[in-house]
Amino acid sequence: MSDGRLSVFKTYKLYVGGKFPRSESGRVYEVTDPKGKWLANVPQSSRKDARDAVVAARKAFGDWSGATAYNRGQILYRIAEMLEGRREQFVREVADAEGLSKSKAAAVVDAAIDRWVWYAGWTDKIGQVVGGANPVAGPFFNLSTPEPTGVVAVLAPQGSSLLGLVSVLAPVIATGNTAVVVASADAPLPALSLGEVLATSDLPGGVVNILSGRTAELAAPLASHQDVNGIDLTGAAGDAELAKELEAAAAENLKRVLRPSVSRHRPEKEAKDAARPQAVDGSDWSADPGTHRLTAFLETKTVWHPTGALGASGSSY
Amino acid sequence: MASAFEYAPAPESRSVVDIAPSYGLFIDGEFTEAADGKVFKTLSPSTEEVLSEVARAGAEDVDRAVKAARKAFEKWSALPGSERAKYLFRIARIIQERSRELAVLETLDNGKPIRETRDADLPLVAAHFFYYAGWADKLDHAGYGANPRPLGVAGQIIPWNFPLLMLAWKIAPALATGNTVVLKPAETTPLSALFFADVCRQAGLPKGVVNILTGYGDAGSALVTHPDVNKVAFTGSTAVGKAIARQIAGTDKRATLELGGKGANIVFDDAPVDQAVEGIVTGIFFNQGQVCCAGSRLLVQESVHDEVLHALKRRLTTLRLGDPLDKNTDIGAINSAEQLARITALVETGEAEGAERWSAPCELPSTGYWFAPTLFTGVTQAHTVARDEIFGPVLSVLTFRTPDEAVAKANNSQYGLSAGIWTEKGSRILAVANKLRAGVVWANTFNKFDPTSPFGGYKESGYGREGGRHGLEAYLDV
Repeated sequence: MSDGRLSVFKTYKLYVGGKFPRSESGRVYEVTDPKGKWLANVPQSSRKDARDAVVAARKAFGDWSGATAYNRGQILYRIAEMLEGRREQFVREVADAEGLSKSKAAAVVDAAIDRWVWYAGWTDKIGQVVGGANPVAGPFFNLSTPEPTGVVAVLAPQGSSLLGLVSVLAPVIATGNTAVVVASADAPLPALSLGEVLATSDLPGGVVNILSGRTAELAAPLASHQDVNGIDLTGAAGDAELAKELEAAAAENLKRVLRPSVSRHRPEKEAKDAARPQAVDGSDWSADPGTHRLTAFLETKTVWHPTGALGASGSSY
Repeated sequence: MASAFEYAPAPESRSVVDIAPSYGLFIDGEFTEAADGKVFKTLSPSTEEVLSEVARAGAEDVDRAVKAARKAFEKWSALPGSERAKYLFRIARIIQERSRELAVLETLDNGKPIRETRDADLPLVAAHFFYYAGWADKLDHAGYGANPRPLGVAGQIIPWNFPLLMLAWKIAPALATGNTVVLKPAETTPLSALFFADVCRQAGLPKGVVNILTGYGDAGSALVTHPDVNKVAFTGSTAVGKAIARQIAGTDKRATLELGGKGANIVFDDAPVDQAVEGIVTGIFFNQGQVCCAGSRLLVQESVHDEVLHALKRRLTTLRLGDPLDKNTDIGAINSAEQLARITALVETGEAEGAERWSAPCELPSTGYWFAPTLFTGVTQAHTVARDEIFGPVLSVLTFRTPDEAVAKANNSQYGLSAGIWTEKGSRILAVANKLRAGVVWANTFNKFDPTSPFGGYKESGYGREGGRHGLEAYLDV
């Protein structure tokens, strides 16, 4: 803060249904940087906020899943453009949130922007990569096409506040799902600011809904919500017991579950990660994302249609 | 009837485009004169007004351009795919931003209606770059094995019917896969490619990655035969396509050829007539019929022949022919005097051979190159107008009785680019589509294009596919 000017603080708010509400509970909690310096008071969302977010996501699902893949790609690319324009803000927020140097935070933000571009390109290609005609042994046209699962709850990684968040969110909406995102509990500010980017990127309201708060408190009603079709448990990576409970709750309506990537078979790594909060999600978010996060929340629809016959011989051509 | 549809002129403004009096060749990021200083003029086919004078490339210029592309190839192909993607996304966005300017330019230089350049050509151009941009960092997922490599320098020759769209079809996949290009636009429509050079400049594309050589067939031939060109991509006539295939024989050059067509548009007796008539009109009168995949042979089931023809003629009398810049214009100018002469000669042959000619009653402007929407009835498979590609607004109508006969007649062609099927019966669509020897089959629609959808022909309509995941293969060493 140069020249003694008093800066204007931002009140961080949720992003639900295209609007920026506070928590209906009126609760906030204090967010600090890793050294304990106060950064902001953020909404501590409630079960009710989570349910409202699901309603908003469901409402947005019809239009978003029905939009052309090209249109979705354009919008995801627009998000990259808007994020690029706010690069400095996010570098500051990520540096504060994750205790990174400016240059390391800048690399993280750049990677997050590029990740939107990567997924912008996937919207109209994933169907060509995982779908296709099936040569059934009969006079039938048979075509398999991927379709979005529906409303997906996304527990964003606890450590990687922006790149990790984008890496789990973008593939969910690229394929036409709508999302309810639970931001990193201790580092939610980049996520809440991302809501402001999304709101100015032609993304229809309700396609992405972002909640801050205690992960377990919000994850439980989402995992058991009967109108949620899938859940990404990445944000529960540091808590195997919680992840197991959520997965069991999700079984009630057979939600598609993406398990946390921390391997249960490598307890030493888990312990080591737990000791380093920034790495607690256990993922290298700068690595090639592959396609598994795209396919996790896709259904395959196969259409059969008889091809008929043209008579005995057909054409000799 | 025409008086009931009088429209006031609604011209699109020319002021959005600023055409320079002359243009050079775009080589290694710079505009430069041809080595021998030769130039040629490009006209507006609707007014015969000279739009600009452009450099005429010769063999020496081709060599310079190929060298520039070769030099640029090393770095361009070594860039991470995600960086190439971002250049292509930039190009897509800049084209979107400048789409009105480019649409007006294309209409001026080509003669096609502004409605088409604005609503079809330009949106497809931007979409094509957007689509292939996304592939640049996903080639490992395209089904061609891990880390597929580019071919090198691509020599690309495009036609005058969709100048900027054909440029996009050529350049977008080539660049996405890591190739560099030397592209020659057609001599009658050089301007949009030169404007594209400026788009590349705005996008910050590295020098030499895209080189544009305006010129004639001699430049194209020099490009095809240049020893340091690894891939030839050509869209144009079947005769030139065959010549190219001969020229590259015995080399290790790859080629894709998108050539002529004589598409059959098959109308069954259960088809909704009004919808089919719209499809027939789109099929043959879109872009004045100067479309390689045009539905230039109408095969109509005998029992509905009279009904379809009556509705079709009625519809054709409502088409508005005239100023391509007028937003109400359906039919613009023929691209060149040469093309007009070719169409005229083939139509005269059709009449001489005994087919019955009918042309829509419309007044043709006194300057420029024009041809009224025309159809021939009483056409047999032996008639020239049923066999040769006319590449103009001329439809030949044949009849059939059974689906088998329709398929036999549809396939009775040296070509195999496109076909249309009009019927309410889904199983018949698929059965007929299965039997057609054509690369693109439209059912209950016609002339639909999308960057995700492969396009290309069977038989003498050429080989290779452009568009979609399939379109990557033509630019990869796989």
